[in-house]
Amino acid sequence: MAAKIAFDEVEVGFELPAQTFPVTRDTLVRYAGASGDFNPIHWNEKFATEVGLPDVIAHGMFTMAEAARVVTDWAGDPGAVVEYGVRFTRPVVVPNDDKGASIEVSGKVAALLDDKRVRVDLTAVSSGQKVLGMARAVVRLA
Amino acid sequence: MALDQSFVGRSYPPTAPYEVGREKIREFAEAVGDANPAYTDREAAKALGHPDVIAPPTFAFAITFKAAEQVIQDPQLGLDYSRVVHGDQKFAYTRPVRAGDRLSVTSTIETIKSLAGNDILDVRGEVHDESGEHVVTAWTKLVARAAEEG
Repeated sequence: MAAKIAFDEVEVGFELPAQTFPVTRDTLVRYAGASGDFNPIHWNEKFATEVGLPDVIAHGMFTMAEAARVVTDWAGDPGAVVEYGVRFTRPVVVPNDDKGASIEVSGKVAALLDDKRVRVDLTAVSSGQKVLGMARAVVRLA
Repeated sequence: MALDQSFVGRSYPPTAPYEVGREKIREFAEAVGDANPAYTDREAAKALGHPDVIAPPTFAFAITFKAAEQVIQDPQLGLDYSRVVHGDQKFAYTRPVRAGDRLSVTSTIETIKSLAGNDILDVRGEVHDESGEHVVTAWTKLVARAAEEG
């Protein structure tokens, strides 16, 4: 494993470069195919509204994958991630228009651990609301 | 109806190996829009110390969730899958999943809770490679929402 960031150069409170990830219906269809999760709440608005959702929603695991990118793009080596967990608190609602939705992700070093590991706390927001809770990754730095 | 607490601690037999393909990793990385070369370029992955291209961290879920279907669809447990939502997800990695891996998953029910009519189920999936070495453990919290009042 070869993270590009040195442990010694990081301190608590360090902010990782934030990123914004677009999500359209097309994105969700691609993710459904790639992940094997064909639950119709992620592509069929008739079904989604019948089960009480406002519209089609993104796969929680898609949001989790995007949030991870703030960590893996920073660390350089995705294999440096040793732990990663999230709580799915609110759905990312994806309207059927040209714009879709977006997920804004920021991250901050919250703790320095042993063995050159750090804990990064992530925040993911869509339509002004947090969509993940307890989003944390532990990364082994160089 | 609350789920049977006697299922806590129950493990299901290891799944038949899932073979991780290079093109499947590429497809997944493209679907999440992630251009990190470690997912698609063997030389780039090697430069980082990996023997072959690696998969994005959440790729493992596709394998563990398929394995968790044994639990979800266990008729004896009787979970109402049509009402299930994904509550939490966590991974702990010994190493990243990589192309060429043949991965087997052992699923265990860790906890069963009932809260305000919702059934909450924690499933742990331990992923091992062909030589029996641990690769990743996935914890999945599933919430079966209470049926609406008729």
